[in-house]
Amino acid sequence: MLKRSLRRGALVGGVLVFIALIGAPAAFAREPVVRGVVTLSQLLLAIGALLAGSGAAPATRTRSTGAVVAAGAIAGAVCMLLLALLALLVSAVDLRQVLVNATPQLVDELTLGRGVVTGSTVLVVLGTVLGALGGWSTRLPAAISRSAVLAGAAVVVVGVLRDKGLAIAEAVALGVAVWAVAYGRSRWGSALATRYQRVQRRNSTMVSIVVWIAGLFILLGLPSILGTYGTSVLDLVGLYVLMGLGLNIVVGYAGLLDLGYVAFFTIGAYVTGLLTSPAASTQLGLSFWIAWPLAMVAAAGAGALLGIPVLRMRGDYLAIVTLGFGEIIRILVLSDTFKSVLGGAQGIIEIPGPSIGSFTMMRPQHFYYLILIGVMIVVFVSRRISDSRVGRAWMAIREDEDVAEATGVNLVKYKLLAFAMGASFSGIGGAIFASWVHSVFPNSFTLLVSINILSLVIVGGIGSIPGVILGAFFLVGLPEVLRSFADFRMITFGALLVAMMIARPEGLWPAKSRRRELHLEVAE
Amino acid sequence: MSAAANGHPVCLSARRVTKRFGGLVAVDSVSIDIPERTVASVIGPNGAGKTTFFNCITGLYAPEDGDILFQGRSLVGYRPDSIAAMGIARTYQNIRLFSAMTALENVLVGQHAHLRSGVFGAIFRPSSTVLEEERAQQEAREMLAFVGLPGRGDLLATSIPYGGQRRLEIARALASRPKLLLLDEPTAGMNPQETDDLMHLIERLRDELALTVLLIEHDMRVVMGVSDQVSVLHYGTKISEGTPKEVQNDPRVVEAYLGTGGSHGHA
Repeated sequence: MLKRSLRRGALVGGVLVFIALIGAPAAFAREPVVRGVVTLSQLLLAIGALLAGSGAAPATRTRSTGAVVAAGAIAGAVCMLLLALLALLVSAVDLRQVLVNATPQLVDELTLGRGVVTGSTVLVVLGTVLGALGGWSTRLPAAISRSAVLAGAAVVVVGVLRDKGLAIAEAVALGVAVWAVAYGRSRWGSALATRYQRVQRRNSTMVSIVVWIAGLFILLGLPSILGTYGTSVLDLVGLYVLMGLGLNIVVGYAGLLDLGYVAFFTIGAYVTGLLTSPAASTQLGLSFWIAWPLAMVAAAGAGALLGIPVLRMRGDYLAIVTLGFGEIIRILVLSDTFKSVLGGAQGIIEIPGPSIGSFTMMRPQHFYYLILIGVMIVVFVSRRISDSRVGRAWMAIREDEDVAEATGVNLVKYKLLAFAMGASFSGIGGAIFASWVHSVFPNSFTLLVSINILSLVIVGGIGSIPGVILGAFFLVGLPEVLRSFADFRMITFGALLVAMMIARPEGLWPAKSRRRELHLEVAE
Repeated sequence: MSAAANGHPVCLSARRVTKRFGGLVAVDSVSIDIPERTVASVIGPNGAGKTTFFNCITGLYAPEDGDILFQGRSLVGYRPDSIAAMGIARTYQNIRLFSAMTALENVLVGQHAHLRSGVFGAIFRPSSTVLEEERAQQEAREMLAFVGLPGRGDLLATSIPYGGQRRLEIARALASRPKLLLLDEPTAGMNPQETDDLMHLIERLRDELALTVLLIEHDMRVVMGVSDQVSVLHYGTKISEGTPKEVQNDPRVVEAYLGTGGSHGHA
């Protein structure tokens, strides 16, 4: 028991020391979560102590509460002792030659600004208290502690997003509100759900109409709530949802791993640029509404074309070839050969926004509605097609290509169809993107875009439509929101991704079948 | 079409089919005629080329030599999906269901070849598609009931017990409305009771659905119990053929299985 506490405390302490040495506390110190009370860096230490404490508690319930609290206290103390030692070391020896972040500022932050000796003592005492609290929390019913974690997370997220942090009253109100909702949901959620289902069953059309209208109003009203910056983030998320749903058809439904998916986005954007921009070599200056479907068709055609050489390839080989295809398109667009047509590195500029009558879409708020329509169409098509003969054929190919073929599925036809259909969604995205940013440059279409789209599909839940939407918010929206973390944005984001894939390998909102599959594996 | 022993026309006719893998001749000039509405078995020790022979029929492999006629029409050169559409369906030695799909969806995939709706139908759902889908689901449910899995449609394929999964594979094969059904060791791993039920099912396939069944089987009780005709493969060549009784008493067969004389119930 003691060993476990020591080990857990040392582990968390070690992680915190590492985080301290990459300079996070100094940076997070500028980020108040609750104004005048606690900064993000202090919170980070506190969370560490809590985790150490709760982790030190043995899983069995045989120990008394006192023993668990003691174990937590020891772990918390050990954890903070390591940080105190770090503070002592840094203040005694100048390590900055080796460790650039071992600054007096770090010491200040670790010792809570109270000087090395007092500060270290305070730190260890606080660690002991928080560790004990963490240990004690494992004895609470799961519903209470889980809701508390959620409430804490909500306070931290909102506090960080607010420029100057929350006021104490706000923080308490928010925490209590979230805790109450979460607790209520875990206590009475299933009862409410059954009642809702009963109501829904009795007059299903009425209920679904009400739900739909309410959802629609929220969606339509979002730009005015979020403002210009928020809406432009939302636009970006929407574009990624479009592309994610397209890739979801290829990867999620048909099981064909495509790493060059950005190619179709590129094609959609360039076709739109060529057709609509008066500055393009073609000088066509057509309307966006004509260019949009053509961009979609061009992307679909390219998708089918790519499909032909890779028909017989599977898994890794397919991934490599598609990866190459994505790069080829970008390099072609960038090349001198096509410079006269596609503009090379200068790309195509002066792409007009879509116009209806005399009104031309310019602001993110306008594009929001265009993207929303696109997303709704794509969601509708995805849903319909997944529950059809075509969708079943794709899933059969995903599950076992040979058996699917022997059962009568024409692999050539359905693979090409998946590539074309997935590409066409991306073409829609590309068309909107081009008219949104009023220009296209080869640099916008890097491999990273493909990787991002694939990641959001996987993080969200492969094959799942709500999963892809959630994944886009998580992968595209979150980095934007995390901008205030500056240098630590990507490391924070990366850590979150890793944590998520460990905690929920099936994705945020997995497709039904995958959820069932993972459940089975657990049961076996 | 020539008429065979039981008076029915020939359903499948393999003529000197040869399949090589490098230097190994997996199937060596095998000729087998199977009349319609017969249960024909192919038996032989492990590695005799039975499954390879199946794969040649279903188009997974192209035979180097010889011809395979199905209802008088050559199958050689056709893709597996075309062959499936012509009316040949199969099951697999190691169960190969679409594991992330439900039992019903598995059977619906089996119906793929004779359903018509495409992308347009999927998106806009005209009444023809809706009707087709309803009928397909109805038929799939009947198919599940026929193989002894009534009401199991919504279960995930892999959550059905082992014996049921073998039956589900048969239901999926039946869904393509085949005339010839190839069963690759359908009773492997089954207990005696399940085996008896499956033998009964095979007879119903022949008698009620008027199917021709080609069976690879190791369990001699099944082979002798349900077969109208048995062919024995050994190192890729056919060494014996006839009624179960004839084959059982053929000294070459006994030798192939045991090396020397003796009797062995379960090879």
